[in-house]
Amino acid sequence: MKVVVLIKRVPDTASELQVAADGKSVVTGGLKFVMSPYDEHAVELAIQLKESHGAEVVVLSAGPPETKEIIRSALAMGADSGILVDTAQLGALTCRGTARLLAAALADLGADLVVAGKQAVDDDAAQVPERVAELLGIPHASVITRFELSGTTASVDREIEGGQYTLELPLPALFTTQKGINTPRYPTLPNIMKAKKKEIREVPAAQLGLAADSLSAQATTEAMTLPRQQRLCRVIEGDNAQRVKELVRVLHMEEKVL
Amino acid sequence: MSVLVLLEQRGRLRKCAFEAASAARDTARAAGVPLNALYIGQSLADETAELAGLGIAQVFACENEALKYYSNDAYVGIVEGLVRELGAQVVIGSASALGKELCASVAARLDVDLIQDCVSCAWDNGLTAVKPLYAGKVLSTVRLTGTPAMVSLRPNVVSVVRDESPVPAIVHRPMPEVSLRSVLKAVSEAAAGVVELTEAKVVVSGGRGLGGPEGWPVLKELCTALGAALGASRAAVDSGWIHHSHQVGQTGKVVCPDLYIACGISGAIQHQAGMRPAKIIVAINKDPSATIFKVCDYGIVGDLYEIVPLLTQELKETL
Repeated sequence: MKVVVLIKRVPDTASELQVAADGKSVVTGGLKFVMSPYDEHAVELAIQLKESHGAEVVVLSAGPPETKEIIRSALAMGADSGILVDTAQLGALTCRGTARLLAAALADLGADLVVAGKQAVDDDAAQVPERVAELLGIPHASVITRFELSGTTASVDREIEGGQYTLELPLPALFTTQKGINTPRYPTLPNIMKAKKKEIREVPAAQLGLAADSLSAQATTEAMTLPRQQRLCRVIEGDNAQRVKELVRVLHMEEKVL
Repeated sequence: MSVLVLLEQRGRLRKCAFEAASAARDTARAAGVPLNALYIGQSLADETAELAGLGIAQVFACENEALKYYSNDAYVGIVEGLVRELGAQVVIGSASALGKELCASVAARLDVDLIQDCVSCAWDNGLTAVKPLYAGKVLSTVRLTGTPAMVSLRPNVVSVVRDESPVPAIVHRPMPEVSLRSVLKAVSEAAAGVVELTEAKVVVSGGRGLGGPEGWPVLKELCTALGAALGASRAAVDSGWIHHSHQVGQTGKVVCPDLYIACGISGAIQHQAGMRPAKIIVAINKDPSATIFKVCDYGIVGDLYEIVPLLTQELKETL
């Protein structure tokens, strides 16, 4: 059984972001980059299947050459090998193009199972894995919080607002992971050492034989701004009873939010 | 040429369906084209009247018992088929849990780009949308150039504005033949009275300052008094005090209530991202130097175990 995990390199969630001089992008210099947190759950799921079912775990990412660092992190968690689709020579990619690249790289891998985080915490696009499933013609379920394998059937819980669906899908299939499905492991020192020797295959995007048209953007960013943050920051003084009375009064009478 | 809005239902039409329709109506008007809607579910019959005032010309209704619950396999083909048949130039859905999955699959089938979870969209010689990035730390304005231009709208952000337009005409759609690969085995819904975080008017959240899971009953009483949903910081979730579905923040949910009450929450940048859209933020924290007091509207420096019960009592007497 072969499990392919799709991961993405993103700025650490603790990052303070600034808009670049062009007004259309974020300043990335000086930021710390990590594997998107939801992807860690997908890597953990795959490694657990390696332990329980002897699955081979391949990590796949599309991005600049620096993406190898986060692929290496996944290898240190226990994945067997990595593939980087190097997008350095490409122009701005949208989800449509990224999904096409990943699907093309997946085409001859023979994956029984594809897993990814439910969304990347940079663009919060929440659509690349679903697009990949569509392009590969395999069934999928998003935002899963439970995964069990029985033969070639996966049983999963899929989160919805205030509840969940329990679904069964035949493999090959694709799933996106949500917090709660597992607790991603920290790499151990021996595994970090071992990961240095594992193979990361680099595939220039041009080698995938996709027409320029199939990667072209149909969405262009016109402007990026930081949200206005004007809060009153009024600390209410007095004894407890007075303060609570005053708080209720302003919320009710002035702000009218009660 | 037309705009198509996807009406989400879970038994009944959801609030986000009316929000999407209201935004779609404004978009269609600005573009000078008609607005149509698509309903997929068991039966729209007694809800048709509720679609008045939203400028919808026709509702295409694909009704079948087998479509009562969302099924990616069944729904995607129905949407794709109608979009192609109508030659819709804009498709607007809801960025709910199921809506995002549906829109992503449909966009892939149509081979167009899609902007998920927009907070607004407008027509200006083409569709533009405002999309929060990094959980809202950055806002981007995006122009969609594919046909159709596709967006999903974040629930609870757009107000539903009704006009004089009549109840739309219903056009029944045949049930397509599909082979279901994914099989729905069970559905669990929220217990009655539980308010969903992303749709709540008021959210009460607890963090590390609770000191342990024993703090939740105190906050839940406040929730009951306010009809609020219960939220939590990542620290509280990672400590195992509460289920991750309550988490507000960059690796949790982004909420947009009128009122957000943060109890015992320090205000880490990841949490700020999740609560930022709230209209009014109240902080209750023992530590006067906590970051949360710099990003709130009203603050009370004090022990939440003293303040929150008093607040609950005061609200019961006032409201």
